[in-house]
Amino acid sequence: MVVGVSLVVFFVIRLGGDPAFLLLSADATESDRARFAHEQGFDRPIHVQYAVFVQRALQGDLGRSLRYRQPALPLVLERLPATMELAFAALVVSLIVAIPAGVISAVRRDTAYDNLTMLGALFGQSMPVFWLGIMLILVFSVRLELLPTSGRGGFAHLILPALTLGLYSTARVTRLVRAGMLDVIGQDYIRTAWAKGLPDRRVIFKHALRNTLIPVITIIGLELGTLLGGAVITETVFAWPGMGRLAVTAIFQRDYPLVQATVLVTALLFVLSNLLVDLLYGWLDPRIRYT
Amino acid sequence: MPPTRADAAPLSPRSGLGRLLSALVRKRVRAAGLVIVTLNVVVALLAPAISPHDPLDQDVARRLLPPAWLAGGGPEHLLGTDQLGRDILSRIIHGSRVSLLIGLLSVLLSLPVGVCLGLLAGYFTGRLDDITMRIADVQLAFPFILLAITIAGVLGPSLRNVILILAVGGWVIYARLARGQVLSLREKEFIEAARSLGGGSFRILFRHVLPNVASPIIVVGTFAVAQMILLESSLSFLGLGVQPPTPSWGGMLNDGRAYITVAWWLTTFPGAAIMLTVLGINFVGDWLRDLLDPRLQSV
Repeated sequence: MVVGVSLVVFFVIRLGGDPAFLLLSADATESDRARFAHEQGFDRPIHVQYAVFVQRALQGDLGRSLRYRQPALPLVLERLPATMELAFAALVVSLIVAIPAGVISAVRRDTAYDNLTMLGALFGQSMPVFWLGIMLILVFSVRLELLPTSGRGGFAHLILPALTLGLYSTARVTRLVRAGMLDVIGQDYIRTAWAKGLPDRRVIFKHALRNTLIPVITIIGLELGTLLGGAVITETVFAWPGMGRLAVTAIFQRDYPLVQATVLVTALLFVLSNLLVDLLYGWLDPRIRYT
Repeated sequence: MPPTRADAAPLSPRSGLGRLLSALVRKRVRAAGLVIVTLNVVVALLAPAISPHDPLDQDVARRLLPPAWLAGGGPEHLLGTDQLGRDILSRIIHGSRVSLLIGLLSVLLSLPVGVCLGLLAGYFTGRLDDITMRIADVQLAFPFILLAITIAGVLGPSLRNVILILAVGGWVIYARLARGQVLSLREKEFIEAARSLGGGSFRILFRHVLPNVASPIIVVGTFAVAQMILLESSLSFLGLGVQPPTPSWGGMLNDGRAYITVAWWLTTFPGAAIMLTVLGINFVGDWLRDLLDPRLQSV
């Protein structure tokens, strides 16, 4: 998997033009360019370039950023905490809202509450992340002057970006929690639980919700990937100094090694989070065993 | 779905008022979806005829005019003008063409490819299946938007490239869906009957299997159009999609962002256009799902 990811990243980035042209000034001579290409290894056959790339990557060396003239990996890792902070805050926002909303929706299926929640979720899923961000800035920063428009700092800086990034997930998770809950509520053991006169709260939280959590955890794993992707845009809107913004600037500057490092680290995080989810299953559902 | 506890008050799913409200919401939603989508298509088709101004006409003397109902605005520019004095309403009308074109084309390009690959992989299994699904896995290991901006950055942003990128990104979902369906269908009696009557593999796949997997694919494809429009607007917003001066909703938001403190209408209206369009298509998708394939709970 990781090999595939590295292959894709490596070749996609080389689809474009010659970085020697873009990085050197216009009056650079032909020999300047050749020397630069040679120094950077751009003149070697592409499979050799890839082999070198993999060999170095395994040693934690993802090349040097062409712009910053520093090793790329530390540059990316330096931005990692900011992105993680944002993604986790967004995840927390979405779970806090989505799980209760989805559960109530399922339990009160087909009521006005349920329909309005689902309508709201559909609205949430239809809203472009960056637009929501801009609208929040417009209302809370420009009009009400309550919260800062951009940058990273204290808690106040985190609120708008986290809400922005969290909304899309909230909408999706709500729908999924509801669907999962409906599935479980239809099962015989839930009827049994009710039949023996357990209070509603106990049936819903102890019996139904716990069994709904398995699919929900899967989604959260996937959601983390979506959040990391969404962070690219949210970070751009709020000038949040994370990996996403680094990637966007690096792309505009044709800083290939840096783009490579950012995309690789993000994909790796994504794969890791899915692994973590697999491990969580066993804890949540003792019926699942790893052999 | 067996009834839960229809008689117990706190959990009874339908009170009279609730049922009435929910029926109303549902009906309205369907109608709204169809209306929005139809309106969008009509507007996109007739854009040059109905837009009040040329979307590219600049008039620096009339820049950043507010919408008609605010002080300083006039009936000349209903939704105001942007930083170059271009009419926002006209740009939104023309922007709908880009959005719909990209949304539809990218799905129309990727859906058949994905479905064919999925059908073949699921039917023949073996090597082909392994390879296809491995590629799909790798592709799913990236947040798609990150891959998209990387490719757009490398290839250079243009309308054609955006469509290509979105098409390349889209096939996985159809392939997986089709494959899953085929795997469960291929052992069914009617397929076996077709096979024992001497039907060739391709005949079986396209005459007998395909019609049976069509409904979930249509539903997923509908939602995908909405998704693609959102992605396109994100790319354009980052400056990696459709390039100026072609009006696109994402691009307008990108331009308007710098003027957020002085002119809210630059960002509010194009974003609302994106949301309404996507919402309309999602409504239609929801409706199609209920109609065609009620088992598909959540996509």
